[in-house]
Amino acid sequence: MIETIVVCIKPIPDPACYNQISIDPVKKTIQREGIPTIINPEDRHAIEEALRIKEKHGGKVVLLSMAPPSAEANLMEGLAMGADEAYLLSDRKFAGADTLATSYVLAKGIKKIGGADLVITGSQTGDGATSQVSSQLGEWLEMPHLWSVIECSIQNTKDALVKTKSENGYMEWQAKLPVVLGVTREINQPRLTTVMGVMKARKKPYAVYGSDDLSLEEEKIGLAGSPTQPGDVFTPDLNRSCKMVKGSSEELVLALLSKLREHGINPEQYTAGCELGVAE
Amino acid sequence: MQFFEFTEEQVMLRNAVREFVEREVAPKAASWDEEDICPTELFMLMGEMGINGIFAPEEFGGTGLGHIERAICLEEISRHSAGLGIALMTHHLAIAAIQYYGNDEQRAKYLPDLCSGKKIGGLSVTEPGGGSDFIGQKSTGERKDGKWIINGRKCFITNSSVADIDVCTVRTGTDEKGRPQLTAFILEKNMPGHSAGRKEHKLGLRGSVTGDVIYNNIEVGDEQILKGEGAGAQIAMTTIAEVGRAGMSAICTGILRGCLEESIKFSKERVLYGKPISKLQAIQLIIAENKLDYDTACLLTYRAAGMKDAGIPCTAEYAMAKLQSTEAAVNAAKRTMDLMGGYGIVNEYPVGRFLRDALASIPSGGTSAIQKIVIAANVLK
Repeated sequence: MIETIVVCIKPIPDPACYNQISIDPVKKTIQREGIPTIINPEDRHAIEEALRIKEKHGGKVVLLSMAPPSAEANLMEGLAMGADEAYLLSDRKFAGADTLATSYVLAKGIKKIGGADLVITGSQTGDGATSQVSSQLGEWLEMPHLWSVIECSIQNTKDALVKTKSENGYMEWQAKLPVVLGVTREINQPRLTTVMGVMKARKKPYAVYGSDDLSLEEEKIGLAGSPTQPGDVFTPDLNRSCKMVKGSSEELVLALLSKLREHGINPEQYTAGCELGVAE
Repeated sequence: MQFFEFTEEQVMLRNAVREFVEREVAPKAASWDEEDICPTELFMLMGEMGINGIFAPEEFGGTGLGHIERAICLEEISRHSAGLGIALMTHHLAIAAIQYYGNDEQRAKYLPDLCSGKKIGGLSVTEPGGGSDFIGQKSTGERKDGKWIINGRKCFITNSSVADIDVCTVRTGTDEKGRPQLTAFILEKNMPGHSAGRKEHKLGLRGSVTGDVIYNNIEVGDEQILKGEGAGAQIAMTTIAEVGRAGMSAICTGILRGCLEESIKFSKERVLYGKPISKLQAIQLIIAENKLDYDTACLLTYRAAGMKDAGIPCTAEYAMAKLQSTEAAVNAAKRTMDLMGGYGIVNEYPVGRFLRDALASIPSGGTSAIQKIVIAANVLK
């Protein structure tokens, strides 16, 4: 029987406000203060998948996030979508965490709330895009874990039949519950939040846990628990050198092909639907 | 005195409706305008969302919220499709008339289907003989053998051919002072004698249907009367004043936000003289005026809605909101077209639609002159 489906969500900067984001040149981190946040888009697909599984097999959907206090608004949004409970893991000691430290705290949070039969996350986030949390979470929880999930069905409330996307196609898996799944956008279309959902959100169970509530090992959280240190973060120079070339259409095409070959690009490997000229 | 700020739930509501609009309305708004069709299929989805019955009681399938939340919904929808906005606004008129003036049986019979979107509502008051002078309407309701026989013709009726439930006013007699007495009836599309007439080919608000509604010896019983014989004028005036004008005000607030957002976006992207035109003072003046018009419309619209929710009479406040937001929307749309130069008249951009929709909004719910008369009457009493 499925009792608890945990969905881990992450608030990320609203893409509409990307032009307001700055990077700390010393710490190499994104300055997020004052930037509105949204639920990471793939996490919305994770919430939707959890809700669909609940509608079919029962249980409750619990949202979990390790984030600053402002993430409460994002968790309320998830509750408005239809999740049943939400918990925010928030503490200054968590700051600067990489994916390993983050997944460690999330795992402790899942244990705090009583464990899970199924843990679903987005495959990657729109800001960091490391795609590591769901797998690391599986390891911390000692659960099988699958990433890039595009299809999922539960059989007999014990097994998950899962399809994951690969570079050249897909793979089919069967995993015994409990399992951690990192889902992609292809898995479903998230439902719209209804007005009734908004009205019910605030009345649902919600709590905030700090580091003292979670029995954490200090050396595994925050910057101290983050083996990944950012190297250099910079805004790339997008200026382009420009050279004007004149000539007939044929001369221009030949000149372009010649330039491509000069830069190590072989035009012949691309299907152009026409005959490509030969460099003279 | 506190400054106006939305509650957390209202912010969440706005975000939820905005998500619906971005998915279901924004991508299609231009085609609805071009093809002059009303997307009636969205009424069921808006029902599931809770938008249709936003201010109706939960016991009848509504969401039990208020007119501030209603205005938020209409603003969000109309930011992209004022045509759909007015179709929904008119649907709300039918809900409001039945909710506020119907008896328990009428509410139980009609509100659930209207809230769910299974049925679409309309309000028919205007006639060829007059819209501003609605007391002078010619449609009649005659008492015969214990039934009412309805005859007449209404014009410029939004949702004319798509409404399943038609709340109308007709003349049923004269009062003791010899003045026409109007009665409001709930009619249904499938009643023998009820039909939609000619559809108007409008300049704007083309995501909605507007046209004639014809009553040809429709026979109904007393159970279809709202509130009571002779209450039609009060029902029409109050519903139009505090729900109709309220809706038009919110719709044009949405158009104003569209003008503001499109002008900001275009000015940041368009490069002239080696820099975005947003750096040019002439452009900044336009954007400042758009921002001022939008904020003014918001303040007036949501203030009046707040008063309505608090049970405070707000006829004049809604008249001010409607007058200001509709006229300002026309000015802002023209201003935004000027900002965009040649692109402003290209239909790939929505600003031409904004201008047409704003122009078409002015006579809806009472002309600007009528709003001024209402405001003056309130101040001079």
